[in-house]
Amino acid sequence: MEGTDSEAVIETRGLRRVFKTRKRQVEAVAGVDLRVQRGEIFGFLGPNGAGKTTTLRMLATLLPPSGGTARVAGCELSSEPGKIRERIGYVGQAGGADREITGRAELVFQGRLYGMPTSAAQKRAAELIEMLELEGAADRKVATYSGGQKRRLDIGLGLVHDPELLFLDEPTTGLDPQSRARVWDEVRSMHERGTTVFLTTHYLDEADALCDRVAIIDYGKIVAEGTPEELKRAIAGDVVSFSIAGEQQRALDLVKDQEFVREARLENGSVHLYVDRGEVAMPAILRLLDGARLQLMTVELHRPSLDDVFLRQTGRSLRETAA
Amino acid sequence: MKLVRDTWLVFGRYFGLFIHNPVWVALGVLQPLLYLILFAPLLKPIAAMRGFPPGGAYNVFVPGLLVQLGMFGAAGVGFSLIAELRMGVIERLRVTPVSRVALLFGRALRDMFSIILQSLILILIALPFGLSIHPIGIVVVLALIGLIGLLTASIGYAVALAVKSEDSYAPIVFTSTLPILLLSGVLLPMSIAPQWLQNIAAINPLLYAVDAARHIFNDNIGDPSVAKGVVILLVLSVVAVVVGARQFGRAVS
Repeated sequence: MEGTDSEAVIETRGLRRVFKTRKRQVEAVAGVDLRVQRGEIFGFLGPNGAGKTTTLRMLATLLPPSGGTARVAGCELSSEPGKIRERIGYVGQAGGADREITGRAELVFQGRLYGMPTSAAQKRAAELIEMLELEGAADRKVATYSGGQKRRLDIGLGLVHDPELLFLDEPTTGLDPQSRARVWDEVRSMHERGTTVFLTTHYLDEADALCDRVAIIDYGKIVAEGTPEELKRAIAGDVVSFSIAGEQQRALDLVKDQEFVREARLENGSVHLYVDRGEVAMPAILRLLDGARLQLMTVELHRPSLDDVFLRQTGRSLRETAA
Repeated sequence: MKLVRDTWLVFGRYFGLFIHNPVWVALGVLQPLLYLILFAPLLKPIAAMRGFPPGGAYNVFVPGLLVQLGMFGAAGVGFSLIAELRMGVIERLRVTPVSRVALLFGRALRDMFSIILQSLILILIALPFGLSIHPIGIVVVLALIGLIGLLTASIGYAVALAVKSEDSYAPIVFTSTLPILLLSGVLLPMSIAPQWLQNIAAINPLLYAVDAARHIFNDNIGDPSVAKGVVILLVLSVVAVVVGARQFGRAVS
């Protein structure tokens, strides 16, 4: 899979989108270069307003880019949006099923939109209903669905024509943990069938558990890209976090210039230190703080998480910025 | 042909939603019916005035009511579209290869059908009141009112896609439909209006629609004003469908 030989399903260069409001211009996507390979689950991770959805909507032909180029599913975004639409599925945040219609009718209609004859669309709808375990709900109006059922139907609508590439915009936002796990299972089984999945999320655990590769986006720019493992490994070593009563700044000043500290940050009232070897650094830190008569409240040693990656790249914690 | 197939498909979806809610048909007929019962009798003495068109109070008033029905009945279509925008339905449809023209035209045809049905009901109810019309006249007048519905619905959808919220859509609809209606001679014929008012009304396409409808009810289908009214509405409808379809092509939320 490594190298440039593998086939790209999405390839963008300098993709930009500027929104004009009455008073000013906002650059929601500020030059994004992406390469998504066939068959992978690609996660777009970032806080609300980072430009995830805008990028997704551009790639799904819903929003014309202000600049840059993109190839999606083998077609040029600027000149062949019609061909792209035949090859991709898209599930937006709002879903897309009408509350007043039954799930089955929506699936059949969706199949017809992709040019299937009625009988084929009915057959495909029945398949999806079985696959997504919506048998009990399929003939009721969507208004009666639970959050998890609704989301599964939304995904089904995106899969009707068996697309080679599926876009999922925050597929698990607002779902209970059980429904979330169901959606993860669905994404994994699509992956096994060979579908490329491009999803956005502001959940770190989702990106970590589900995605083959992740790009972190902040203020419209990609700040890091790689497998979750690579990203975490880039922050070599361990993370030591501690909090003390009062005087955090003094504590930070005290430890930040120590030779074993690669990087130090003050974040939400605790000090985060990126160190080579946590088990060696910890006693030294404790001695320093003790010597300065700073009262330690909590101390924690952990392997870097994607949140640490995000924190290091953007200076903010995703846990704080995510809704 | 893809456009025809897609239009039929979209029409079918919205027609299905429509027949599940027949109450809207009744509500659409209710308002003109109230005019017919509570207002039209007032016109009887006025019908003798100089300048009042020939044909009697009902044959002058019912065509106006039908034009009003065509416009008011279709002016609210944007509300349902805004609800669909919110549910993500429009975005979902736009990401499929379905024709953008079909997305607009299919649903506007449904509205046209609804307007024609309501108009037919109103004509049938008005017959016992003293309305007279030739059967061929009914067909022509229904086509004319249907075009008004198609035109108004297409504009309504284009506006709804542009403003995306009920709070903006409602005032636009209310403030724009009323002057158009008053200046079309729906309530009282513009022929009894002062000259300056007639001059302003001359740029209102619905004036010609009302004029055409009144000639049809007076068994003057051959009158040039009928063809004029139909052509004006036809041209404007085509423009409105094209503009609305463009909005569907670039609807940005």
